[in-house]
Amino acid sequence: MADEPLVLGIETSCDETGVGIVRGHTLLADAIASSVDEHARFGGVVPEVASRAHLEAMVPTIQRALKDAGVAASDLDGIAVTAGPGLAGALLVGVSAAKAYAYALGKPLYGVNHLASHICVDQLEHGALPEPTMALLVSGGHSSLLLAPDITADVRPLGSTIDDAAGEAFDKIARVLNLGFPGGPVIDRIARDGDPDAIAFPRGLTGPRDAAYDFSFSGLKTAVARWIEAKRAAGEEVPVADVSASFQEAVADVLTRKAVRACKDEGVDHLMIGGGVAANSRLRAMAERRCEDAGITLRVPRPKLCTDNGAMVAALGAEMVARGRSASAWDLSADSSLPVTDPHVPAPAPHSHDHVHELSRKNLYA
Amino acid sequence: MLLLALDTATPAVTVALHDGAEVLAETAEVDARRHGELLLPAVDRTLRTAGVELGAVTEIVVGVGPGPYTGLRVGLVTAATFGAALNVPVHGLCTLDGIAYAAGRAGLTGPFVVATDARRKEVYWARYDDPLTRVTDPAVDHPADLTERPGVAGLPAVGAGALLYPDAFATVPPGMPEHQSAGALASVAAGKLARGEELLPDRPLYLRRPDAQVPANYKVVTPK
Ligand SMILES: [Zn+2]
Repeated sequence: MADEPLVLGIETSCDETGVGIVRGHTLLADAIASSVDEHARFGGVVPEVASRAHLEAMVPTIQRALKDAGVAASDLDGIAVTAGPGLAGALLVGVSAAKAYAYALGKPLYGVNHLASHICVDQLEHGALPEPTMALLVSGGHSSLLLAPDITADVRPLGSTIDDAAGEAFDKIARVLNLGFPGGPVIDRIARDGDPDAIAFPRGLTGPRDAAYDFSFSGLKTAVARWIEAKRAAGEEVPVADVSASFQEAVADVLTRKAVRACKDEGVDHLMIGGGVAANSRLRAMAERRCEDAGITLRVPRPKLCTDNGAMVAALGAEMVARGRSASAWDLSADSSLPVTDPHVPAPAPHSHDHVHELSRKNLYA
Repeated sequence: MLLLALDTATPAVTVALHDGAEVLAETAEVDARRHGELLLPAVDRTLRTAGVELGAVTEIVVGVGPGPYTGLRVGLVTAATFGAALNVPVHGLCTLDGIAYAAGRAGLTGPFVVATDARRKEVYWARYDDPLTRVTDPAVDHPADLTERPGVAGLPAVGAGALLYPDAFATVPPGMPEHQSAGALASVAAGKLARGEELLPDRPLYLRRPDAQVPANYKVVTPK
């Protein structure tokens, strides 16, 4: 529908420079420039390398998104940007660009939450989010269970990792197995030839007294590394496929078990899974089976929308516009630890702010 | 010509408008930790002071450093994005050149050194024969290493880097600029453009590699 909000979203919280354009729930463009190859030899994302790459890629990626979408910048209804959480210096490049773009075009600016964006992106795939939505977000940076009665205004954390993110565990195990960085895709591929029941790796925080919705992957990581090192010390060959499959099984088991339990406990009859680890084939398969058994509808966007991208930011921005949420101020901060409970960062209430936003726009249209 | 100048390579967040003849408006706020928050409101304030819309700007000039990277990038990405949105050229200029020009306006003739704080006990610096003539590439060094450098040692020095290390920079004339002024940067740029001189591309002068260690304890095989 032509009267749905047309929004451009900018995402620079980690190593992907993403610019997406959506109209309401329709994806029009999803342009990405990744610096992942520059980080590979360091075995992890190097913040300064990521920030430098964002600066270089920013304007070309915006222009590519506009071209892909076939829309003019002047037709946009707003500019959305990841205000946090993420790497501080990386976020700052995107936030600064979004401000400049919004100001130059005379459009409202929406600083939005990266985690809420990961949930909202599913509107581009499966239509309007049910309310409330139960979401499992798993990536190299986050592992959270979130309940979202209103993705633009009310997101509640039920649980999260108490140590490493799920994706970090994949990277670490890939490193121990000499499989390179990032670890997720390569372990997924190699695990297809392995036996998931070959080795019984521990399931963290699944005891009767453990926090029902929190995760822990540090113990699993150490257990797998020790198992591999013991094999090596004994001069035996490491069964890489079996180790990958058994490790992946342990991660998928804990994630899906807790997510399904949260749905049952909260009386929510569907589950959304997002974040880079949602691209994992075993996690998807196990979630499908367990959700079906429990009568829960599973919503997982296609892999490209699960990893960090600009379309997810645009999707949440469009929802902000559609629901009439307040725009952000021109002094919007990049907040590396923006709480998940803040889906966006509205300008302070009118009596306490200096009307910079309104004045400048009037100025531009004069 | 209506030139918008901005620079975030020093603790100052500074913006100016220049019409080719003179500076129409200028703002500067010093806060080394809030470049991201301060820049856009400063642009807005500068434009309103001059009574001009952003859409009327015909050229953009940005200080490309050297300077601490996180703040430096705020100015560069803002300038580049304005340039793309307005479809106007974006020029780069060495940040130290603006400080040298301002030192000239404050009465310094030359030769002299401009030095800014590079953190980690180092300075970004360059030597000038006069306020418009830089004769070395900008560099980053420990101040102590400059005290015996031929052609540099003993010269008057200006900028926060000179004030920070009096042992290395003995002569800091009074009344000299400490941080960047976008008005000075705009004046240098307007002069160069009028003379048909080439400016720099709008790319950062980092001068240091990113801090990153290749882990040594395992063999890396990049997946392809
Ligand atoms: Zn993410």
